[in-house]
Amino acid sequence: MSWKLKGLRAASVAVAVLIAAPVSAAECIAPADPGGGWDFTCREVGRLLAEQGLVDGNVQVTNMPGGVGAVAYANVAGKRADDGDLIVATSTVGVTQIAQGKYPGGTDQMRWLGMLGADVGVIAMAKNSDIQTLDDLMAKLKEDPTSVVTSGSSGAGGWDHIRLLLLAQAAGIDDIDQIRWVQFDGGGPAVTQMMGGQVGVVSTDLGEIRGFVESGDIRVLAVLADEPVSAFPDLPTAKSQGYDVTGYNWRGFYTGGEVSDEDYAEWVDRLKTLYESEAWQETAKASGLEPVWRGGDEFASYVTEQEQQMAEISRQIGVIQ
Amino acid sequence: MDILSSLWAGFAVAALPINLALILAGCFAGTLIGALPGLGPVNGVAILIPLTFAFGLNATSSMILLSAVYYGCMYGGRISSILLNIPGDEPAIMTTLDGYPMARKGQAADALAISGVASFIGATLATLGLTLFAPLLAKAAIYFGPADYFALYVMAFATIGGISGTDPRKTLLAALLGLMLGTVGLDPSTGVARYTFGSFNLYDGFDPIVALVGLFAISEILFFLEQKAQDRKLIPKGRVFPRLSRVKEGLGASLRGSVIGFIAGILPGAGASLGAVMAYSFEKRLKDKGSFGTGDPRGVAAPEAGNNAASGGALIPMLTLGVPGSGTTAVMLAMLISLNIQPGPLLFERSPDLVWGLVAALYLANFVLLILNLPLIGIFTRVLGLPAWGLMPLVVAISYLGVYAITHAAFDLMVMVGFGVLGFVLRKLDFSLVPVVLGLLLGMDMENNLRRALSISGGDFTILLQSTIALLLYGITAAFLALTLWLSRRGNRAPVAEDAR
Repeated sequence: MSWKLKGLRAASVAVAVLIAAPVSAAECIAPADPGGGWDFTCREVGRLLAEQGLVDGNVQVTNMPGGVGAVAYANVAGKRADDGDLIVATSTVGVTQIAQGKYPGGTDQMRWLGMLGADVGVIAMAKNSDIQTLDDLMAKLKEDPTSVVTSGSSGAGGWDHIRLLLLAQAAGIDDIDQIRWVQFDGGGPAVTQMMGGQVGVVSTDLGEIRGFVESGDIRVLAVLADEPVSAFPDLPTAKSQGYDVTGYNWRGFYTGGEVSDEDYAEWVDRLKTLYESEAWQETAKASGLEPVWRGGDEFASYVTEQEQQMAEISRQIGVIQ
Repeated sequence: MDILSSLWAGFAVAALPINLALILAGCFAGTLIGALPGLGPVNGVAILIPLTFAFGLNATSSMILLSAVYYGCMYGGRISSILLNIPGDEPAIMTTLDGYPMARKGQAADALAISGVASFIGATLATLGLTLFAPLLAKAAIYFGPADYFALYVMAFATIGGISGTDPRKTLLAALLGLMLGTVGLDPSTGVARYTFGSFNLYDGFDPIVALVGLFAISEILFFLEQKAQDRKLIPKGRVFPRLSRVKEGLGASLRGSVIGFIAGILPGAGASLGAVMAYSFEKRLKDKGSFGTGDPRGVAAPEAGNNAASGGALIPMLTLGVPGSGTTAVMLAMLISLNIQPGPLLFERSPDLVWGLVAALYLANFVLLILNLPLIGIFTRVLGLPAWGLMPLVVAISYLGVYAITHAAFDLMVMVGFGVLGFVLRKLDFSLVPVVLGLLLGMDMENNLRRALSISGGDFTILLQSTIALLLYGITAAFLALTLWLSRRGNRAPVAEDAR
């Protein structure tokens, strides 16, 4: 692209940024501040939908932060339940909140459109640790659940914590509520604290700690995916080691509960077309996501199932009654 | 030497015309963003990210622009602290304590010059530290665990008792109020909602910047309404040109403040506000003969050097580990990832152009900011000549805009007004507002680290005393408290200073 053209494009985007996006029908609510994962989902998917002509005009992105998505959930349920032009970004984190009763209402309040990609859960140790494999770790925790301090970027009962506990359950550990869990403000800080010897294990999204995996400062015991991750094919999955646990942090969308079947099917179609496009596959990989598709009814039942699974384990560890 | 040749190559990158232009633009925009109440470095940087994409900048140029904005904000925040007693952003709160009294004495130009030079010293020393010792310091910072962070915050709170000139008991009470307000919202370690009264809007707690704008800017307006325009004593504009002799008075304080701020900056999570607080309270303990809080140049120099050095220090964990040292560096990291550059321990090896180009750009940005800021002093002080009936409504408008631009929530405007009323009442009761904000700002991190330490030990409090670093920090805290007691026994106590109104 010539400098002049680039400049023109830049100027037009800058104007769009400054005066807000032009009027258009389709809208995506990012239930968080600009800059986070949900915001990224809305903006990237919105941009690609517009570029590929899957929607008329642009997709307007509205930031509605508050309550880890609860504010947007309440808003859509109360005011825009039948708005067929609206989609809302969410992820496994949102479903965790719903499962623990922190949203106004359950997953049945909304219609779940689909997921386009997922970050993959990872269990990592410091490289100088004497624990070499996932089996070693589980054996040690089974003997004494307090012997290894675990940590991640979510609070107790958050997704990082829960997927570690799912693994512990799969290993036959009964007293999972005895396992010590420490929350840090992100996977990176958790890993540095592990390197400094403060905690023993980190459970978080692979995307958050890629830099440390590449540098070899940590040892990855397992990735919680069906298949080995394309960027790191050498990392073993938990499944290959005999633990039937996956821990995806998927990125997807829901829409209001009273949206017509017609509008719903149209959105699912659009998202599916987008998922299959090369542009999305590239965008997803560039941002550390594995492209994974579940859509329509299949996605809705997946979400319901995940909600139940999380509620159950939350009760077990005492996060909810 | 290896570092020198790398740095030389970095200067070659930074000196490209496009990058020089970005440094200039970033410094100017940053100063402005920093000076406007509400808009601070975090949102300034976040707002500019779409522009870097729109202009198709490469990663190095984007980082140079954002870092120039970051440094610029640290310079800019002090301007409104000094002239209006309204901090432009969180790290500039401490500068109100002596900066505004100086302005009231007609020494606004001096205060701006002192803080400008102090900012330059702090930022330059931090950049030098970054150049020479970054990998080493990052390795050391790893061994700072939750118990040590907690000890650090205990030290910060133990020393703020004497921060402002008012009754120390009121200062502590105000800090406690801030700590209490900081507990509102979802508890980060268990996700339990505290004091939210069923409102989802309160799940995220009170954003410190919203509280800051409310407490300082809105309460100022309420005072203005109460006193009526004509009764209000205009601040003398005083000299337009700063005096070199006054600037020299702040040099020692700048050097000490830089070192303290730099250390606070390297520790991931602590950040610029803590750097400014520690620099100010140490300087006060060390040198105060009763003039701090009434417009002492050292009270302006120390926190400004501290917060600028801290922002330089915060780049160290970001570049060497990919771990944010402050809110702003967290946003910058997110941008790097979306530009397909993986931050982490390998960044120095894989992207030397980016790292060293950025470091070189920081040196240049510092000079630009110093050169930009000193001649502007004459223009800034003219703000004081504006009639209050014109200035005050403008401040309200900017506060509303700034807060809404950050939070996108009308609810937060109500919160801001609520904090404004609280600030008004507290000032009527002769409380200083600074400790309230510090309680809110530092209290959350203090609590989180206490909870983390206790999660590690399974609830056993002795973990707090099992680390050498923590014991060392408690020792320093005890020594300072003892020193204060001894000084007051000697009858050398500071006369009660004018409050920070």
